[in-house]
Amino acid sequence: MASKSGIVSRLKRRKIQEVLGAGNRMDGRALDEYREITLKTGPMEKTSGSAEVTIGKSRVLVGVKVQIGSPFEDTPEKGVLMCNAEFTPIAHPTFEPGRPGENSIELARVVDRGLRSAEILDFGKLSLIDGSAVYMVFVDIYVLSYDGNLFDAAALAAIAALKTAKRPVHTVKAGVITLTKKTQALKILRSPLAVTLAKIGDTFMVDPTADEEEVLDARLTVAFDEDGNICTIQKGGSDGITTEELHKALELAQVKAAELRKHL
Amino acid sequence: MSKAKITTKKKTTTKKTKEKTRFDGRKANELRPLKIESSVLPNADGSAYIEMGRNKILVGVFGPREMHPRRFAKPNEATLRCRYHMSPFSVDPRRSPAPSRRDTEIGMVMNWAIEPAVFLEKYPRSVIDVYAEVLEADGGTRTACINAATVALVDAGIPMRDLVSSCAAGVIDGQIVLDLGDYEDKEGEADVPVAYLPKLGKITLLQMDGILPIKVFTDCVDLAIDGCLQINEIQREALKKKYGISEEAEE
Amino acid sequence: MSALFESRDLVIPGDVLYEGRIRTGDNTHRSEGKVSASRIGLVNYNRDVVSVIALEAGFSPLTGDLVIGEVTDIQLGRWMVDIDTSEEAVLNVPDAIDAPFNPDIDMTRILDIGDTVVAKIVDLDRRRTPILSILGRDLGRVDEGFLMKLTPSKIPRLIGKKGSMVNMILNKTGCNVVIGQNGRILIHGRTREQEEMAVKVINKVENEAHISGLTSRVQEYLRILKEEKR
Repeated sequence: MASKSGIVSRLKRRKIQEVLGAGNRMDGRALDEYREITLKTGPMEKTSGSAEVTIGKSRVLVGVKVQIGSPFEDTPEKGVLMCNAEFTPIAHPTFEPGRPGENSIELARVVDRGLRSAEILDFGKLSLIDGSAVYMVFVDIYVLSYDGNLFDAAALAAIAALKTAKRPVHTVKAGVITLTKKTQALKILRSPLAVTLAKIGDTFMVDPTADEEEVLDARLTVAFDEDGNICTIQKGGSDGITTEELHKALELAQVKAAELRKHL
Repeated sequence: MSKAKITTKKKTTTKKTKEKTRFDGRKANELRPLKIESSVLPNADGSAYIEMGRNKILVGVFGPREMHPRRFAKPNEATLRCRYHMSPFSVDPRRSPAPSRRDTEIGMVMNWAIEPAVFLEKYPRSVIDVYAEVLEADGGTRTACINAATVALVDAGIPMRDLVSSCAAGVIDGQIVLDLGDYEDKEGEADVPVAYLPKLGKITLLQMDGILPIKVFTDCVDLAIDGCLQINEIQREALKKKYGISEEAEE
Repeated sequence: MSALFESRDLVIPGDVLYEGRIRTGDNTHRSEGKVSASRIGLVNYNRDVVSVIALEAGFSPLTGDLVIGEVTDIQLGRWMVDIDTSEEAVLNVPDAIDAPFNPDIDMTRILDIGDTVVAKIVDLDRRRTPILSILGRDLGRVDEGFLMKLTPSKIPRLIGKKGSMVNMILNKTGCNVVIGQNGRILIHGRTREQEEMAVKVINKVENEAHISGLTSRVQEYLRILKEEKR
């Protein structure tokens, strides 16, 4: 029950802290325990690839579209990856329609950076005519319900959608691009997955709910590839973390990322 | 159903007398597969999901709640505020997530379609937000949105005079057909989306694009209303389903 | 002149409930001599009135209602309190400390933004804004426990006849439960298990409020929960 006004309820904060003090969480989970996760690939038929992930009551839909566009000027012979996130107003009473707010931009950026750093695609192979026509891969993150931890849900849905995506195949003859009836998998080279930890007081926990996010002091999102390397980090929240806390947090996140990977 | 048959037989004004099967195998007076589910969004006051053909749409209702900014509030009644929005991946090619002029217009006609069914006077100065998110579009999204929005409003406990049911009819190759899919919408001669209040007998959405003689147009309206009545039954079932256990337990 | 359903049938807005002369009760309306449902719910025919017990409905504030809310703003001489109404409720200083307003009072010491309060609606002003009071026993700021939500139209079921349902939950779970008519429920137990048990039972009331025999089913459910605990 996040407040409409955006004011953090003292009662809620006190209760969450009190329950955490005894090593418990409001919903009865262990500190290192995720809520139930579901993953469904291909729910949308008009996309190149799609996936829907729920983590508890959070629900994120990702649609991937591959189409032809112009390359960026500084990389004329490379395909383009674009990540965009939309917090739909049906997801939470405090979400308003209109231009993306900073939270949705941060979500898109963190997922985007994870995909880019992990070099998930061989962008050089996604050019049709160097300098003028390349494949553009759009990853649209659509938040349908918010109850915390959108980073992990969005990162999982994004990579699941990309892995199942099939792009159109075109032929180029004398500078003319022709669409064929064939499709081809996108060839995803690596699969980064994000794990988010919340720090409330001195306690760290995985997979924060909306209530926990409302009262958290610091937040740490770490994306790992399948070899256990870190591909992206985002620290949020207004409190700092010590280096010891960081070591412990990374250790826990790595274990959890491996667990999340089983859903792929 | 019987009414639909009569309507389609009446199409003597059109060129072809023999009924053709449609490209998706439907009969002229047949709806696309339709599925409605209520209470699907945990954070909305009321919600519904609809699949009408390949349309996939979620609607969330919030309110009655305080209107911001306050000067837009009406002193004597609530404001119904429908917003229609399409996901970037709902159509081919990808569309920009920024709202288009079309989105704005559809939000408006949704308002007019639904308003007559809602007791707005019970909540002066407040706003009832109806947000429709088109996840996948397959022609007739506005009618699908109205059907889902109605179920979501009832689910939100907003007092209503009647359910609003909506469906389009149109003309393809001279034949009047019900509930046009995207392909038919683009290929056909005309498309007539209608919303209807069955108990009150009122048409609350009526649009038309194309060129039609008056008689054919009114036949389209009749067929669309027949579709609305079929949809009305499915809306009622969707609303009752949430409490499905009750009817058995009562026995 | 006849009833078109049986009492306790599930009805939907627009359903014609009665044709002829009869009084229109809650969640019904009259059009062209017929009485129809305005909300989804269970129809109830009494001798001279037809009404619908709504299964989905927001909170419509009435004088005398006990509500639980959250302080969202402090203005000169009054607090604004969110109680899930379309208009925020007002709590004036004299209704909080039983003394006239004095600009030297540090209002945040009485109630601060983000505080939760249990209050009574003492009046509705001309704009139907609820006016609150926290003068009285068991009213005022809440410092312990946590809130959960129930559809406001189901609150009467949670309270039960003369408080039978809520008293049973209090006794069996050992939790203190305060029920706001606006659907917010304050729960405070000595242990976390007690509180979790209360949450489960209240969720059962939310999901099954429309099925008759609720009291005995809740009783049975409490017994099962208690056994699981052992």
